[in-house]
Amino acid sequence: MKKPFPWHILVFLTPAFLIYAVFSAFPLLDTLRLGFYTTSETGSQHFAWLANYRMLLFDPNWSEGFWNAMGNNVKFFLVHMLIQNPLGLLLAALLSMRGVRGAKAYQTLLFLPTLLSVVIIGFIWQLILSPLWGVAETLLGYVGLAEHFQPWLGQEETALYTLSLMSVWQFVGIPMMLIYAALIAIPDEIIEAAVVEGASAWRIFWTIRVPLILPTLGLVTILTFVGNFNAFDLIYSVKGALAGPSYSTDILGTYFYRAFFGYQSQLGSATLGAAVATLMFLVILAGVGVYFFFVQRKLQRFSF
Amino acid sequence: MQHKVTRFAGSTFTHVILAGYSILALFPIVLIAINAFKDRASIFDSPLSLPNAESWSLIGFEKAMKNAHFFSFFGNSMIVTVTSLFFILLFGAMAAWALSEYRFRGNRWLMAFFAFGIMVPIRLGTVSILKIMVSLELVNTLTALILVYIAQGLPLAIMILSEFMQQIPKELKEAARCDGVGEFKIFFQVILPLIRPAVATVAVFTMVPIWNDLWFPLILAPGEETQTITLGVQQFIGQYATDWNAVLASLSLAVLPVLVLYMFFSRQLIRGITAGAVK
Amino acid sequence: MKHIRLTQGALAAALLTAGTAQAGTLTIESWRVDDKALWEEVLIPAFQKKHPGIQIKFSPTAPTEYDSALQARLTGGTAGDLITCRPFDKSLDLYKKSFLEKLDGKGGMQNFPASAKVAWQSDDGKDTFCMPMASVIHGFFYNKKIFKELGLQPPKTVAEFHKAADAVKKAGKTPIALGTADQWEASQIVFTGIGPNYWKGEEGRKAIVAGSAKFTDAPYVAAWTEMSKWAPYLAKGYSAQTYGDTQNLFASGRAAMVPAGSWDIGYYNQQGVDFGAFPPPVQKAGDKCYISDHTDLGIGVNPKSKNKGDAYKFLEWVGSQEFADLYTNKVTGFFSLSNHLIAVKDPVAKSMIDWRKTCGSTIRLNAQILNRGEPNMETELWTVNSAVLNGKMTPKAAAERIQAGLSKWYKPAK
Repeated sequence: MKKPFPWHILVFLTPAFLIYAVFSAFPLLDTLRLGFYTTSETGSQHFAWLANYRMLLFDPNWSEGFWNAMGNNVKFFLVHMLIQNPLGLLLAALLSMRGVRGAKAYQTLLFLPTLLSVVIIGFIWQLILSPLWGVAETLLGYVGLAEHFQPWLGQEETALYTLSLMSVWQFVGIPMMLIYAALIAIPDEIIEAAVVEGASAWRIFWTIRVPLILPTLGLVTILTFVGNFNAFDLIYSVKGALAGPSYSTDILGTYFYRAFFGYQSQLGSATLGAAVATLMFLVILAGVGVYFFFVQRKLQRFSF
Repeated sequence: MQHKVTRFAGSTFTHVILAGYSILALFPIVLIAINAFKDRASIFDSPLSLPNAESWSLIGFEKAMKNAHFFSFFGNSMIVTVTSLFFILLFGAMAAWALSEYRFRGNRWLMAFFAFGIMVPIRLGTVSILKIMVSLELVNTLTALILVYIAQGLPLAIMILSEFMQQIPKELKEAARCDGVGEFKIFFQVILPLIRPAVATVAVFTMVPIWNDLWFPLILAPGEETQTITLGVQQFIGQYATDWNAVLASLSLAVLPVLVLYMFFSRQLIRGITAGAVK
Repeated sequence: MKHIRLTQGALAAALLTAGTAQAGTLTIESWRVDDKALWEEVLIPAFQKKHPGIQIKFSPTAPTEYDSALQARLTGGTAGDLITCRPFDKSLDLYKKSFLEKLDGKGGMQNFPASAKVAWQSDDGKDTFCMPMASVIHGFFYNKKIFKELGLQPPKTVAEFHKAADAVKKAGKTPIALGTADQWEASQIVFTGIGPNYWKGEEGRKAIVAGSAKFTDAPYVAAWTEMSKWAPYLAKGYSAQTYGDTQNLFASGRAAMVPAGSWDIGYYNQQGVDFGAFPPPVQKAGDKCYISDHTDLGIGVNPKSKNKGDAYKFLEWVGSQEFADLYTNKVTGFFSLSNHLIAVKDPVAKSMIDWRKTCGSTIRLNAQILNRGEPNMETELWTVNSAVLNGKMTPKAAAERIQAGLSKWYKPAK
């Protein structure tokens, strides 16, 4: 029972494969290869096996910064997981309820921040939180909390969390949209059957809708993970590549930027930068691997 | 009776939360909008107040418009975003379909190969990409940007779309196949309309990074004729003094086209709901 | 396959609207976004009067992206013909990688004193790779109106400076506009701005380079100690205050003084502030004063330029009296480094350039050689200096951290 050659598969795959291979995969792999090289003063590159990695992981000049960035990145991710995604789920659940008036308008409003350029987001939040021009302080004053105001973006203890929350504010529209798309794809009959049986909305949500969208929740988790460990723009635009104060907002993206492109008088090194990127890649790969081999398999068994 | 009360309470609760969060989402944006119409001193003196006779100023917009190329920047951003988006969605959906529907040797490897692209920041490949573009003589063309953005957007599109395609009930496809419908027809006429909400979702958040990207326009197409709006705005961000009037004005103008695109796609999303009745 | 080629062909045909820059156009790479209008409206037309037919495009990149974007374009072979040079190691690195031409003996270079060229020379001084364009001078600006109201004079000594600051604070205004959110001001303006008075300018700088002095020595610690006393004079929540906030604070008349650089003269003029400048205060009356007179901008030639002939013509013009005059007086606060005698018109700029007559000039402490190793001194200083201003680090701890970092890799410092 020999099948004819599946031409259609080839046609479906070729365009995406070609463009992606030439303009993304090849350049990326080519650069990852550089992680095994070092650059001399004249710019020539020599194969150096694991020298860059040894430096990044064991030379305190670099390793302290690396682990600091890694720790901060984990915190950055946790804030997104604990606040952004539950919030996205809540908003999507409310929007997808039947008969919510103005759902479409809400949806557009809630997604607006995601459309903005990071330059403007950085500017406006710095203006709002600035201790000098008094927006946040005035607003807190209206609810009698003015004395709790602090220069959140300037303190080592609070800067990272403040930036994480700014990022949550900007991106919450994405999990919301994904979850929303999944929720409205649930066939009405399933819900109606439950309603007929007299189940409460709350029960329907947790016992029917949430299990059905578990694959999407998994997807949201993994996208958050990948996005957070590649994050860069917001911190760069608010705190610069040095991610102050005292590197307290430094994440892997900004650390990579300094190694690859340099900063101020610090010279960049394409080879060292490539090594940092490879490490980031391995971290993300580990996360994605965990997701694919444990979480997703379970989820697939769970859904129909 | 009690049912009604709960329902009423429920819907009040819903609106309180949605409206509450909308205010939080909107407040900074309103602040951007009102300050775009004020002179610099008033932006910082009283950021919360509406522009009045004294602080009203269109200087930011004037400065933005003064640049003869300003509208062509918009055009460039539009061409790049829409074209990239179209091909990402088309090629991405095709590949996602092939990968999620057909079992063939190397399927998993291809999946992993595409997944690689979302795990490594594409900035990293900048120098190689620039060299490729130089040898293809594509530097300072919009084509260069479009190609890179397609390559950049494909992995995520494939990942999300194949996730959604797996949820399509088997019976639908089998029924069509029994009727002898060809694979291409199944894809374009049965599958694509079904996953329209997912396609719209992917479109919405693929377009934003493309529209707002600064890096590749800077490297691949910095020429005056090919600048995108995000790069164009950079001319107001100085070494020591940033012209915030002009930045606020031009960036709030720059939101409008994406907003229109967003509205367009979110309508697809809503339509998808009604189409959901098919299932 | 065919499918792809067709799509791509159509795509290219539909979108190939723009060509590359026409032959015979010189492109100048720069980070000075701020000066774009000036180049287009004043400098380039002035050059073209002398050399009709040479087209020039000033193509600035936002300063934060400049180094990385330039590096990528140079590597990819798409960079402009003329390249604005950062001082010292950044440009030296480009030269070593053959991204800049050697300029010794080229027309115009004879008009610059040796001291100006140091920032763009190989360590042995044999090769010069950028033509010096301008320096910036660091000091303080003060709001004349506030000073007059409170009957204050521009302070000459540290004691007078603190007295003035106390008086302003009493009057309910912010004495010093300064924040640490962006970090660089704390180092480039404050530490290397007020510091030379403590370490005697070039003497102290060269002593560190030679390894005969340590950062833990009294003069350097004294500079940090002075900084650690500023916290009460700064605005509330200054740890989140950006440089833009600082400018607004001083421009709006809410702050009486601002540690600044000459580059800001143009900005504050434009904002209509009535202000004057004073050099960093000395420790005791009668002490010799030192100023940070930092070589900041140079210009070099891309070896891959297709219009080298024209590029050199332009370079020669950059070395001319005409350019020096135009640049100094139009780009207020950037002072030409050439030997030509220039009459500075702006009063504040003039007062700052006149400091050169009475004070000893030096460059930023760490600019030469000291930034080379790991940990990088410049980024360390940003972090440490902001921490000292924020009260998160004592002057002694700051000195120890910087010295320890330096002696890790710098032999003379061991």
